[in-house]
Amino acid sequence: MNTPLLSLQGLTKAYPGVVANDSVSFDIGEGEVHALLGENGAGKSTLVKMIYGLVKPDSGKMLLRGAAFAPSEPRAARADGIAMVFQHFSLFDALNVAENIALGMEKPPALRDLAARIREVSETYGLPLDPFRTVGDLSAGERQRVEIIRCLLQDPKLLIMDEPTSVLTPQEVEILFETLKKLRSEGTSILYISHKLEEIRALCDAATILRLGKNVGECVPSETSARDMAELMVGTVLQTPERAGRAFGEMALDISGLSVPSPSAFGTALKNVHLAVRKGEVLGIGGVAGNGQDELLGVLSGEILTAADAVKLMDRPIGRLGPTARRRLGLLTAPEERLGHAAAPNMSLTENALLTGSVREGLERNGFLRWSETQSFAERIIAEFDVRTPGPENAARSLSGGNLQKFVIGREVLQRPEVLVVNQPTWGVDASAAAAIRQALLDLAAKGTAVVCISQDLDELMEIADSFAALNEGRLSAPRETADLSVEEIGLMMGGAHGMEVAHV
Amino acid sequence: MIVLDKRPQPSRAWSMATPVVAVLATMLFGGLLFAALGKNPVEAIRTIFWDPLFGEFAFYYRPQLLVKGAPLVLIAIGLSLGFRAGIWNIGAEGQYIIGALMGAGVGLALYPLEAWYVFPLMVIGGALGGWVWAMIPAVLKVRFGTNEILVSLMLVYVAEQLLASMSLGLMKNPEGFGFPGSRNLQQYESAYNAELIAGSGMHWGVVAALIAVIFAYVLLNRHMLGFHIRLTGEAPRAAKFAGVRPARLILFCLGASGALAGLAGLFEVSGPAGVVSIDFNVGYGFTAIIVAFLGRLHPVGILLAGGLMALTYIGGEIAQSNLGLPAAAIQVFQGMLLFFLLALDLLTNYRVRAAWSEVA
Repeated sequence: MNTPLLSLQGLTKAYPGVVANDSVSFDIGEGEVHALLGENGAGKSTLVKMIYGLVKPDSGKMLLRGAAFAPSEPRAARADGIAMVFQHFSLFDALNVAENIALGMEKPPALRDLAARIREVSETYGLPLDPFRTVGDLSAGERQRVEIIRCLLQDPKLLIMDEPTSVLTPQEVEILFETLKKLRSEGTSILYISHKLEEIRALCDAATILRLGKNVGECVPSETSARDMAELMVGTVLQTPERAGRAFGEMALDISGLSVPSPSAFGTALKNVHLAVRKGEVLGIGGVAGNGQDELLGVLSGEILTAADAVKLMDRPIGRLGPTARRRLGLLTAPEERLGHAAAPNMSLTENALLTGSVREGLERNGFLRWSETQSFAERIIAEFDVRTPGPENAARSLSGGNLQKFVIGREVLQRPEVLVVNQPTWGVDASAAAAIRQALLDLAAKGTAVVCISQDLDELMEIADSFAALNEGRLSAPRETADLSVEEIGLMMGGAHGMEVAHV
Repeated sequence: MIVLDKRPQPSRAWSMATPVVAVLATMLFGGLLFAALGKNPVEAIRTIFWDPLFGEFAFYYRPQLLVKGAPLVLIAIGLSLGFRAGIWNIGAEGQYIIGALMGAGVGLALYPLEAWYVFPLMVIGGALGGWVWAMIPAVLKVRFGTNEILVSLMLVYVAEQLLASMSLGLMKNPEGFGFPGSRNLQQYESAYNAELIAGSGMHWGVVAALIAVIFAYVLLNRHMLGFHIRLTGEAPRAAKFAGVRPARLILFCLGASGALAGLAGLFEVSGPAGVVSIDFNVGYGFTAIIVAFLGRLHPVGILLAGGLMALTYIGGEIAQSNLGLPAAAIQVFQGMLLFFLLALDLLTNYRVRAAWSEVA
């Protein structure tokens, strides 16, 4: 084999209390798309930060084409041909594409020349983009193109992409993959960070799997099953949620012709939403974040009030009822934002159990709180949902994301809801906790609860949902049975490529 | 370089210890200040902290502590409820004045009737007066989204003008030879908020302050409303999710703090002050804000903080007259106390450690 483009040798980085990377070694070949796989907290980010010069390794070395490579800052890394597209874009909404790109350059050329180069690069790589459009008007996919083009203008040897598809629809993912394949054919290497296994199998030539900061295995993704990779990532055998075939009961939740403006200036208004869920049914609602998911949850939780009969719970109009009254009737919800919305960060788990449990668990009497009952409710959630914490007196913010999410979901599940609505139930949660949460939702449905699961994770929805609908710019598509849906159809329901021009490669 | 690490949860030990450390730091730096002014620092600190409690004339100062401390605690308890929920009533001084005016007004209107129910009616009048004055910013905030900080603060100045007008006009003592100021309620037996035990300084306001402390403690720790108040302060979005109605909470918190401030005003005007006069208010309503934070917005803490604040006031006065310290120096000293309390509060939530820069 030839000299690899970049060779990592025994990279180690420790933070107080945790070893983020423990002697990680692997090579990225010339013109290779190399996947870096791992759960949240496996050390992927720290590793790429070292390559990009944001973090200095404690020990170990890097070789770039055989020469020692130790960037002290991102500028040095860029000078050596390393470029990175971050998961969160750093773009100014009020400026246009060319201005945004010029801002990131050391010596920006005249805007007209720059625009011409942007056009040239975007045509070459099948990423159509008008340099004079305002970034605020672009879709997530187009914003990502801006970031990619910003990198390509540097003519990089290695392009690092951090979870690039988390904000894209399936069609947009297709376009991105075409671009990446073209880059590869021209000899550019790509380090591709993701936890979406099917993507990696479709795109990448090699994969390195990190677990708890260690390199636990390398594989050729196209020859390895997604399940095997997942098990390497998690370190245990994964349980696939079991779904028993079952008949649905009567109508539980019914939304008809609902239109509400968003309470926040940057939100999305809901437009003429129809939705119906029967007892025992799991309805999956997909769509890219920011298309009305928060507003839909607010309408159901009672934080946003509507016309009385726009929302019906078992034929009873509840549009004007607040959260407490809805809980009493059996409609429970779990918002996406764990800290600050579903739970109060500085309050103990006991107090957080009280937050939604007071009505249905009888935790108050004449307005006075029953702390011992509340504490045993919290302890029950911790025990039944395997929440890792020393005890219920600990503050919510001391828990890891996955553990807090198990607590938040468990708190609602244990209250025996008639209808449960969850928003992004496994976002940022490790694979085994995610599997446990999905199983809990399915068990609940098997007992006759109607479940609405709002999620960006299409694999998750395919796994647990009986029917599927997509939210796109505040509009909800008509629900379809998941059993006979293809990924392409789902993509179209999600609004296709958001009107993006299709790539011509 | 010094690095602050956020603690996974607030340290209990530090939240108890910081007030003590802050008082010690204030003594140290205050001592330096007094030394720089050419006074004996040890004597100055002793005069402020020791003499009012255990000095030669303590029998005179100790009742003064209760008289000064009670209104501070009473007002601060009310304010702390709102502050816990992020509702900022800065106008307790105005509610204090209006409470005094309404309560005294009831008494003066009934003069010279001698009956057991005169004082209770005045108490109700006082609470009602403060409540009404606080309802103005509350209703404006709920209806029109105005800022309660500005509205309640501006209403203090309106209340001061009303006070002046009352003591020069409507409530002026008809037998007062044209001097401004009302009849002296101390000489109207049914209306006089006398000491319950002679020479102790213990009047009804002190009793009310103690009841308020217990009431607030139970509310915050045992009652759903108190939980909602704390929740709203900690995470407003989570509170809304839990079913708290922000408008009701605003009305309750501002109303309760107004009523307690009004009560404080009534107990003061019918007791230690005696008369409605132009310079009746001396800033209890503002000092109570400091007391509330000094006490960590916790009822028991506020009780202790009110006592400490009263102590530095009385000790400060003694130091001024006995040692000839300027009033400004005493104010700087009190400012230091607040500064250290708030600054050291950082240790409750953060751990301080030394660290070396990562970039080589």
